[in-house]
Order: sequence, then structure tokens, then C-alpha cells
Amino acid sequence: MADIAVAPSARAAHSPQRRYWIAPPLLVLVVLFFYPLALILREALVGEDHVLSLAHFASVLRSNQFLSGLYHTITIALSASTGCLVLGFIFSVIIAFIPFPGAKLIARVIDTFIALPTFLVALAFTFIYGSAGLLNQSLMHLMHLELPPLNFLYSQWGVILSEITVYTPFVMRPLLASFSLIDPSQIEVASSLGARPWRIVRRIILPAALPALIAGGSLCLLLTVNEFGIVLFIGAKDVITLPLLVYDKAIQEFDYTTACVIAVVNIALSLGLYAFYRMVIAYCGGRRAGMG
Amino acid sequence: MATNSTTMSQGPQMRVSAPASRIVPGASGIGFENVSVAYGDQVILDALTLTVKPGEIVALIGPSGSGKTTALRAVAGFVQPTAGRIIIGDRDVTRLPPYKRNIGMVVQNYALFPHMRVEDNVAFGLRARGASAEVIRERIPECLRLVGMTAYGKRYPRELSGGQQQRVAIARALAIRPQVLLLDEPLSALDAQIRRSMLDELAKLHRDLPSLTVLYVTHDQTEALTLADHIGIMRDGKLVAFGNAQSLYRHPPNRFAAEFLGRANILPARSLQSAEPGFACVRFGDTVLRGRNHHALPDGSDSLVCIRPHDLRLQPGGAGGNTLTGIVRAVQWQGDLHSVALEVQEQTLRLTCNPLSDPPAPGTELVVHFDPADVTLVPEHVAHG
Repeated sequence: MADIAVAPSARAAHSPQRRYWIAPPLLVLVVLFFYPLALILREALVGEDHVLSLAHFASVLRSNQFLSGLYHTITIALSASTGCLVLGFIFSVIIAFIPFPGAKLIARVIDTFIALPTFLVALAFTFIYGSAGLLNQSLMHLMHLELPPLNFLYSQWGVILSEITVYTPFVMRPLLASFSLIDPSQIEVASSLGARPWRIVRRIILPAALPALIAGGSLCLLLTVNEFGIVLFIGAKDVITLPLLVYDKAIQEFDYTTACVIAVVNIALSLGLYAFYRMVIAYCGGRRAGMG
Repeated sequence: MATNSTTMSQGPQMRVSAPASRIVPGASGIGFENVSVAYGDQVILDALTLTVKPGEIVALIGPSGSGKTTALRAVAGFVQPTAGRIIIGDRDVTRLPPYKRNIGMVVQNYALFPHMRVEDNVAFGLRARGASAEVIRERIPECLRLVGMTAYGKRYPRELSGGQQQRVAIARALAIRPQVLLLDEPLSALDAQIRRSMLDELAKLHRDLPSLTVLYVTHDQTEALTLADHIGIMRDGKLVAFGNAQSLYRHPPNRFAAEFLGRANILPARSLQSAEPGFACVRFGDTVLRGRNHHALPDGSDSLVCIRPHDLRLQPGGAGGNTLTGIVRAVQWQGDLHSVALEVQEQTLRLTCNPLSDPPAPGTELVVHFDPADVTLVPEHVAHG
């Protein structure tokens, strides 16, 4: 029994009996992940004609619908991620460096946003900013208008605002963790040397937070590229993103080949962003270790 | 242009190659006027009144929670006094933000900016104050030379040892030519050997920059005694003793000061009677002891006899000396000295002396002698300064 308590050495890990333990997880991965992905790739390349060809890819990638979807996906993802970074940085600086009662509570409340389903914010926004929402109704009543004056919610801006609200905590989490590592005496010494608050933010806090900002930003980008619930729930006119396009083609038009081609592009985009995210994490981890 | 160096076992040396007046243009003092700091009902600093004269080093010492760091942070502007005024030079800085106070500050963990090279750390304060590129170019080597770190300008803090980082922190604080320098336990994070050499170098730095006013907070009495012109001893937010370092050591005004600043034997005594000018006799059990009545205690009062362990001798001195007989309870050899604990009339008396070739055995009787001039009679109760 004693060998169970000992940490497995590299030699033990490569013993003949242990190598079979790779089978169960590999089987699960193959059945639940790689096989469905392979089916999508096969459908995209073979299509209904059952002939291996890139013709489907070429025609879909040239279509206006796809290009518009790609444009909206990237525009919304970049705008929302930028918004998350700006808002997340400001909120995190306030929570971490400006002492006020309840700062920790606020940080935890914001943190719980991560646990909520994304479309919930879109639903809440319809009650506030929607045509019959609180804000429009109040403005119509106050200004004696017949039509709601604000209709940004059902546009690209509504999607971006909702995504910023949902994904800002994903930036704040690593930021607050990185701020907690900044030695408060660095800020005090900087202040005693004559630095005003804005200079301290720019020269001391921002450089220290840069790895966390990049990591949080790339995670946001990854999540917003694949966001489906918010875009579907808001139902903005003429705002079709790649995930929504896959849904439309597969579920509403039964055009599985086109849906699979778009899905492959979406997967490639996501994996590329994920690889970037991992690289940033690895780089920042190395840098942090070097700083210690 | 003076160029000095000290012998050091490790690391580079602090050197002065710029006139002191260029580093510290004008000396300013620090004044605490009834400064109190409280968080709710908890009083951290209680009506502190203290003056640090221009060009002077004042050390504030005391146990953890005594308020010494709070006092320093109040000068820096990181703690807002609930009452009183803080003066730097001729300015009331009580309500000024830290960046307007013109102070240099060095803290225990150096607080160097890890993403900046040494020269950028030194230049930080100058850039924050909008100094011209020419001034910055001139000031960086000047300050690095002062702390013996000229060769390290391009390095990052993580590439330096603790002692080197502390030198950079000092150079960074001096680069802005502060009115006063605040040192908050600057040597605490260093190991014993480096700490000793840094202590010598801080003393030398002040010799080279005599107009630099320094408020030095430490819990280490050796640092305070080595560096400070005056020492303030704090306890529970109050200044319980303040004075010239030597005078405070030789004639502590109260028991706490005697025990905190160096080791002291404190014996309870009764029936004080004045003797020749400046001296008095007291009764310790059935023994009459003579000592300095430095604090002019009245006749008939009870007092405490304070005698430093190294002032006790095994050989008799001149006529009129004090003598006590006790039982040896413990003998410790500590390398460069022997420490002997005696039990005398139910009190413990500790003696330190050069290493003994034939140390007394525990349980044996031992007679110790001490000069009345080395004894200080202190009041029984703490007097708040």
C-alpha cells in the first residue's frame, strides 16, 4: 500500500499497466468531441453530393451572407471586448485601490454575473431599454412622444452593450487578482515621489495589470466570437453573426452543408483565439515568475 | 568634491562625489503638533508632539502597534490625523496630498517598480515632477553614484540583491531632493550581515549629507542607537520617552524606556535619600545602593534602580561602589561575551562580561560590583512625554 501514498514518478507513469488508463478518457473524447467534429468537417467537405470538394467552402466563403456574418461577428467581438477591458479596468481600479465600505461585496456581486446565463441580461435590458421598457415609457410620458425615442437595443449596439455587461466580470476577475499582487507601498512611494493618481495608474498599475488585461481581453474575445444567446434573444435586425448563421442554416433552412462550412470557419476562429489566449497566459505566467 | 568610501564585506559602497548641497538643497525640520490618529474609537496615535530639527536624524522606536509607523505615515500623507498639525519646513502639510509634500520615502520591502530599470526607478519622481530631460540625465548618475550603484543602472530590480535594491530605493528617494527623508524600517528585510553594513552606510550617508533631515522608524534599538541624534520611544500610541540617544540610554526616564532601549536590570527600591549633588541612596531589600538621581526624584519616594548588564563587574571598583551578592542561576557563553544570571533578593540580575576562562557554576554565590555613576534611579510609573 505504501506505493499508493508516494507521488507517482515518471517511471511509474510509464509502466505498462498504467498506460491503459488513457483509454477511458480518450474514448469519451472521441465519441463526444472528435467524432462529431469530424462529421461536421466531412459534411463541409463532401456535402450532399458525397464528393470531396472545396467548392462548398468557396461558394459559402464568397457569399454576402457569410461575409456579413463574419464582419458582424468580428466587429461585435472586438467592440464588446474593448468595452469590457475599459469598463473592467476602471471598475477594478476603483474596487482595488479606492477604499470604500462594501468594496469586497461589490466585487463578489459582479463576480456572480459569471454564473448567470448570458441571455438573462438581454432579457433584463428589454425591460429597461426595450420599446416598451422602463426608459422609453418614461421618456415618452415626459416628452409627450408617440414613439419610443430610444431603439438602440435592437441594433448591433444592443448586442454590444449586453455582451459588455455579461463579459466585463471575465476581465475583472484576473485584473483584481493581479491588482492584489501589487505591493501597496509601491503606490505610496510613487505618490510620495510626486506622482498624481493618473500617473500612478498609467506608470505603475497599468504595466502590472497588462498581462491580466491581455488574458482577460483574449478570453472575452473568445467568448464574444461564439456568443449565441444574446444575439438570438435581442434579435437585432440585420445583425447576423456566425453562430446565428449556423443556427439559421441548420435549423431553419435545413442546409446542413452550408451550416457545417460556417461552423468549420467558426471553429477555426475560436481555436486560433484560444491558442492566442493560451500563449498570453503562458507568456504572462513566465513573466510573473521572472518578476518574483 | 568629497570622495569617501567605507570598508564593506559585500556589495558596492555608497560614495559621495557630489556636493551635499546639490543633493539636499535646503534643510527642513519636521514638526508634530498634538497629532492624533484614530480609527473609530481606536486611538493609534495620541497627541504626539515632537520636533525633528533640520539636518537631524530622529529615530522612533517601539514595539508593534506602538504608533511609530502611523506617525511616519502621517508625515508622508498616507494617514490623515484626526487632530493636530504636521509641519515640514515652514509649511503646514496636514491637509496636503502626499504628492505635494516633497518627501523622500524608503520602505521595508524597497517598493521598487519591478517593470522599470534601476535608472527609470531613480528618475520616476523627477519625471512625475516634470523635470527636464537634462536635469534627469544629470541627476540619475549623481544619485546612483551616491549609493554606489552606478554600474547597475540598466538592471531590473529582480536582478539585484536585497541590499542593492535598498540602495536604489534610497537613490530614488534622494533624486527628487526631498525636504525630509522618511525611512520606514528600511533594514528589516535584510539579513544580519548586510543589515550591519547598510547601517554603517546610512550613517556615512548622513555624514556626507549633513543637511538631510531623517525620520527613521524601527523596532531595532541598535539601528536607533547607531544612527539617531535623538530617539523617541513609543508605546500604545504615546511618546513615552524622547531625548538625545546617549542620554536616553544612560538615563532612561522610565522603566519602559530602560528595558526597550538596550538590556537593563530593573530592581525595585524604597526610601530614596539624597546624597551628594546628583546622587541618591535607596534601599534594595536590606542593601543600600547609590545611584544617579538624574530625574530629581523626591526624598522618601520609591523608585527603580536601573543598571545595564555590562556595567556590572566581578572585580571590586573604587571606594564607594555598590555591591550585591547573589546565587548564580544560569551561565551562557555567547561567543564574544559571557552572560550570567544571578538571583539577588528574589530578583534576577543579568551580567555580561568578556568571556570568562573559569565561569562560575550555577548554584554558587557570586559578588557583583557596580559604580554609582552607572546606576540611574527612575520613577516607578511611566511618564508620558
